[in-house]
Amino acid sequence: MSLLKLENVHSYYGRIHALKGISIEVNKGEIVTLIGSNGAGKSTILRTISGMMHPKKGSVEYNGKNISQTAPHDIVMSGMVHVPEGRGIFPTLTVKENLEMGAFTLRDRSLTEERMEYGCTLFPRLKERLGQYGGTLSGGEQQMLAIARALMMDPDLLMLDEPSMGLAPILVELIFDIIKTLNDKGTTILLVEQNALMALSIAHRGYVLQTGEITVSDTAANLKNNTEVQKAYLGMD
Amino acid sequence: MKGFLKYVNVTEIVRPIGQLLAFSCGSAVVMSAIAIGIALMLDKTAVGVDLLDRYNVSVYTYTMINLPQVVIDGLTIGFVYAAIALGYTMVYGVLEFINFAHSEIFAVGAFVGVELLIALDSSGMLAGASLGMAYSYLILAILMGMLAAGGLAMTVERVAYRPLRGASRLVPLISAIGVSFFLQDVIRLVESLTTGQFNRIMPTFGNFDQRIVFGKFAMGTSNITLGISVKSIVVIVSAVLMLVALNYLVNATRIGKAIRAVAQDRNTASLMGINVNRIISTTFLVGGMLGGAAGVLYALKFTRIDPFVGFFPGLKAFTAAVLGGIGNLTGALLGGIVLGMLETFAGSYMGIFTMGAAGSEYKDIFAFSILILVLIFRPQGLMGKNVGQKA
Repeated sequence: MSLLKLENVHSYYGRIHALKGISIEVNKGEIVTLIGSNGAGKSTILRTISGMMHPKKGSVEYNGKNISQTAPHDIVMSGMVHVPEGRGIFPTLTVKENLEMGAFTLRDRSLTEERMEYGCTLFPRLKERLGQYGGTLSGGEQQMLAIARALMMDPDLLMLDEPSMGLAPILVELIFDIIKTLNDKGTTILLVEQNALMALSIAHRGYVLQTGEITVSDTAANLKNNTEVQKAYLGMD
Repeated sequence: MKGFLKYVNVTEIVRPIGQLLAFSCGSAVVMSAIAIGIALMLDKTAVGVDLLDRYNVSVYTYTMINLPQVVIDGLTIGFVYAAIALGYTMVYGVLEFINFAHSEIFAVGAFVGVELLIALDSSGMLAGASLGMAYSYLILAILMGMLAAGGLAMTVERVAYRPLRGASRLVPLISAIGVSFFLQDVIRLVESLTTGQFNRIMPTFGNFDQRIVFGKFAMGTSNITLGISVKSIVVIVSAVLMLVALNYLVNATRIGKAIRAVAQDRNTASLMGINVNRIISTTFLVGGMLGGAAGVLYALKFTRIDPFVGFFPGLKAFTAAVLGGIGNLTGALLGGIVLGMLETFAGSYMGIFTMGAAGSEYKDIFAFSILILVLIFRPQGLMGKNVGQKA
């Protein structure tokens, strides 16, 4: 059953036509990845889904409800969390406060603490740094915090924008392991990645984006073997 | 009780009190040392000879006699500045623009409080009021001033700033200046329609005009009287309460964390489920309430208000916010106290130090020289971090 469905979505930055009729679908329990070069519109798709920008044309349906004109803080309530590009850590809030912000809409203190505990078992490094300012964390720790913070809402759909950006290979692997674990536990994942090989290795399906349009849509295994994709995004000849 | 205490963050109550104490004592000591130093130097010059001739006191003695009073006055006005400065700095924190209408928000608070007390006075309720009732009326006036100013600040944001949110940074600034003039004239209009006069006088009631004398002692041929007027105490105590409450709100509550989150990254905050518009409204409400309360306290201290009463305190508080580091709440407290002290010291001693050539009417030079010096040499302010220009 499709959890998220975009149909013929057109989005603009001012007069720049960033998404030119995007249609994608994410089913429950899947990991779907969007790959494409810089400026192809990957982040714009996520921003359009999470309500940070609204499409001029087309519809965004989540759980059968049209959310294309809904404000981002309302969309969060429906169980979808977007970890933005650059992680969006609040630099002068402590790690603990950052996590609390993730559960802002949650009024239940004990549930908040329970989920914070869960985040800390997922990323033990965070537990040691709870009192530290978010801005003092390393890039990898910030990414861990961003994911832990997103999990504070216990989302059905988790959208990650470039989680591997600027991370050491060992950390990239750790992050991707966690993503896989979350998916095994039932969280649906929409993943935007520059590191296409990594993304395709854990994803079920993928879409290839080029200048605001989807050029290829297939299973991850087929995309890995697609010669066009190999040349353009996987660095193979 | 125990379950309740679990959620009260005691450090966030103790810390700001400590800060206020440190800032007050620190600036008092530094300013006093400077004043005494200048006095000692002047004693050997024509200024000292002249003073000895006329009043039979040395400059040093004169300085010491006045010192306690000057410090108390400086603190009183300093706390008022700090309360206003917080309004500027909070709004700057979340929206990165200077709300130049804040001085008029302050004035509206002052007018609402004073008009309420005048109304109570003319209905005869103030004259025979017991001490307890007098304080209740004052608290009522402060609360009404806060409510009116807070509501007004929220309305101004909704009407004059929110529609311009996407525009370049200069545009809301110009809008703020427009709102400032508009509100000044609204106050004038309302006052002339209802009372026919612009100058309103805070009624005298309760024991606010009495002076509590701690002690007198002789110094040379003069007597030093150590004392503090009741209204100064009221101003200081209410300001400290408000500043501590605000600090608690911002640092230890859910709403306060959301305010800080919105200030740091509005987009990400909205992805956390924070309604950014509502948080911005709340920021204006809180800043406006502080400004309104400061207005009533200012009227209590200085008695007379007119529709332009907000201009100078507003500009001074803006200077205080810049001095402390705009966007930084602790900085606003420090800036307000330092500026209040500096100004009062200058106002009190300049006349005597310059043999009457430049009196207290020149005290504003100091406040605005500070503004210029800070902008040139330390634009991030005393406590601000240099974060560079944000796009």
